[in-house]
Amino acid sequence: MTSTETYNYKVVRQFSIMTIIWGLVGMAVGVLIAAQLAWPVLNFDIPWLTFSRLRPLHTNAVIFAFGGCALFATSYYVVQHTCHVKLAFPALAAFTFWGWQTVILLAAITLPLGITSSKEYAELEWPIDILITLVWVSYAVVFFGTILKRRIPHIYVANWFFGAFIITVAVLHLFNSAALPVSFWKSYSAYAGVQDAMVQWWYGHNAVGFFLTAGFLGIMYYFVPKQAGRPVYSYRLSVVHFWALVFTYIWAGPHHLHYTALPDWAQSLGMIMSLILLAPSWGGMINGIMTLSGAWHKLRTDPVLRLLIVSISFYGMSTFEGPMMSIKTVNALSHYTDWTIGHVHSGALGWVALVSMGAMYYLIPRLFGRELYSLKLVEVHFWTATIGIVLYIASMWVAGIMQGLMWRAVNTDGTLTYSFVESVQAMHPYYIVRTLGGAFFLLGAVVMAYNLWRTIADAKPVEVQIPEPASAH
Amino acid sequence: MADFNSDFWHWYIAILTVISILACVWLIRWMTSGFQHSDEVESTGHIWDEDLTELNNPLPRWWLGLFYITLAFGGFYLLLYPGLGTFGGLLGWTSKGAYEQEIEKVEAEVGPLFAGYQQTPVLELIKDENALKVGERLYLNYCSTCHGSDARGARGFPNLRDNEWQWGGDPESIRTTLLNGRIAAMPSWEAALGGESGVNEVTQYILRLSGRATINELADKGKAKYEIFCVACHGLEGKGNPALGAPNLTDDVWLYGGSITRISESLIKGRNGQMPAQLDRLGEAKIHLLTAYVYSLSQEK
Repeated sequence: MTSTETYNYKVVRQFSIMTIIWGLVGMAVGVLIAAQLAWPVLNFDIPWLTFSRLRPLHTNAVIFAFGGCALFATSYYVVQHTCHVKLAFPALAAFTFWGWQTVILLAAITLPLGITSSKEYAELEWPIDILITLVWVSYAVVFFGTILKRRIPHIYVANWFFGAFIITVAVLHLFNSAALPVSFWKSYSAYAGVQDAMVQWWYGHNAVGFFLTAGFLGIMYYFVPKQAGRPVYSYRLSVVHFWALVFTYIWAGPHHLHYTALPDWAQSLGMIMSLILLAPSWGGMINGIMTLSGAWHKLRTDPVLRLLIVSISFYGMSTFEGPMMSIKTVNALSHYTDWTIGHVHSGALGWVALVSMGAMYYLIPRLFGRELYSLKLVEVHFWTATIGIVLYIASMWVAGIMQGLMWRAVNTDGTLTYSFVESVQAMHPYYIVRTLGGAFFLLGAVVMAYNLWRTIADAKPVEVQIPEPASAH
Repeated sequence: MADFNSDFWHWYIAILTVISILACVWLIRWMTSGFQHSDEVESTGHIWDEDLTELNNPLPRWWLGLFYITLAFGGFYLLLYPGLGTFGGLLGWTSKGAYEQEIEKVEAEVGPLFAGYQQTPVLELIKDENALKVGERLYLNYCSTCHGSDARGARGFPNLRDNEWQWGGDPESIRTTLLNGRIAAMPSWEAALGGESGVNEVTQYILRLSGRATINELADKGKAKYEIFCVACHGLEGKGNPALGAPNLTDDVWLYGGSITRISESLIKGRNGQMPAQLDRLGEAKIHLLTAYVYSLSQEK
């Protein structure tokens, strides 16, 4: 191995740019469907624009297109930098890029057409599922292939999380998507009844746990210490919280099925494992935030670092809220209400999106050998995004709890006080505030896109030499 | 519990769960044992990507406490509630039992109220504002999905305010409808009437019965067919028969629409409207109040 070898930045650049583009698309669709809930006329009576079809498009676009591209980009960058080697299997890496973009494109066509397996977060039909599998296996080969030829014996903590995310998502996808095709665009789940529901939420909750948590903790573990210029706070903590997190997350799915046909024992296990998950989740928050100890002053001058740290705070908040909502008596109120939507978005906007955006501010200038165009605009982005998140989750908290209370209110004669439509009517003002919050967040993303575009406009892609590993002392 | 088809799964779940919780405890103890608290925080000595290093701070005590508390809570919960396979927990709690208990509690609270109203005849109840209020709430909870929150119905779902009754509008008939439900049985007549032309003729005659302009030649032929096939249920004059649920054809109330197209459709396809029985769901006391409320709807004006 020679020291003149350079990193494979090409695939990282491709994924980074698509992260920004898919982010804008996914969030714009989100704002549209949020507006449709407040003003249903906005579906213009066109089937392809109805909420039922655009909602899965929104979730797929933000989770798998925006979040997925961010994970590919950062994991490919981090694994090269922390192993001091070029990415393994460059052709496979290129295939993961083009394959993943094809998956996204197919999703964007089939979902509005109403082609869906109707499994939440796994709506894509079986031919697309097969393509996802191929891409994902290639991703694993590239990632672990790179780990195998590392030039530092110790595997950096970010790679543990990326690795766990890649392996678990492969398992989840394979089992949950098992289906019997009846035509090219229609298949039926291999499972039936409550088993189908359980497999679905075993998948669904771990899509959150591994795709949206473990993967993004990998991002945090590299970009926060790098941006702060500080060592990771505690190696021991990372060992405990890594193993406890990946181990307990896999149990938590049944809390999506409280008070259903799911047997009591499974509901109980889902609930207690969700509660046990609190400390392991917070381990990551502590390690991220405490990495700043000795460098707190940087928060005042560095808006990118602030974006990263606020994202970790939202992570801590939503991983407290999650276990709390999994308690059966709390869930009895919160389930099926917009509180759940608020909870998801405090994680999705506050944690996943902000930490990705922080990573992109770090990454994209380096991939093109440029300085960030404007820190001032990062500041603007930070504040619009934060205001957007607060409007969004606060309105959904109020609306969700109100909804839950209205549904369970009874008169002295035992009849329900409110009809369903009355609770829908009561939601209207909150739906407007939520749309506004989403619009703010989207505006922030537009500012980011402009800032990064100005950063790389007519810049040449750079080749960066791989440095020799430092000798351990 | 019927959740398992063999003992294996009971033990599988119970043992795996206990081991999992103990494994978390072991993980914490492993990472905290042999660790000296000192003011000097050591680095692990690893360096990645030129300047990426790790300190080895001790696990925060409050965080450890939190972890242990949740683990202990999990243990106690599994002792008290169902979780470890077929072991139902010391409290004997089940979600089915909890549901039944809650229903019982509500019934105990509201039972006397309904029992009180049950003593009063319908014709008296309709003069009692409060009784009608309760009846209205029951209606909105259980009936409005089909009959509408204004009780004016929709196509296929009868209007309850117009004093037109397919199955009879006296309190006892209404009560029977609510208790046992109704299934209408208008068969398809297309073949019997001789296809499209026969259907058209009878349709014309039905228009005449409801006092509308018709093509007389067709209606006359239709009359002959009507008097063979339809008369048994709808009567010679077309006034219908509540005992059979056969609607009156001479008024302008049409459950499935009164246009030529809709009437032909009814003749061709038949109609099988269903009112589900409510006795098992609501019980006689609530149905008594609902009877009064539904009866009152067509009485006030």
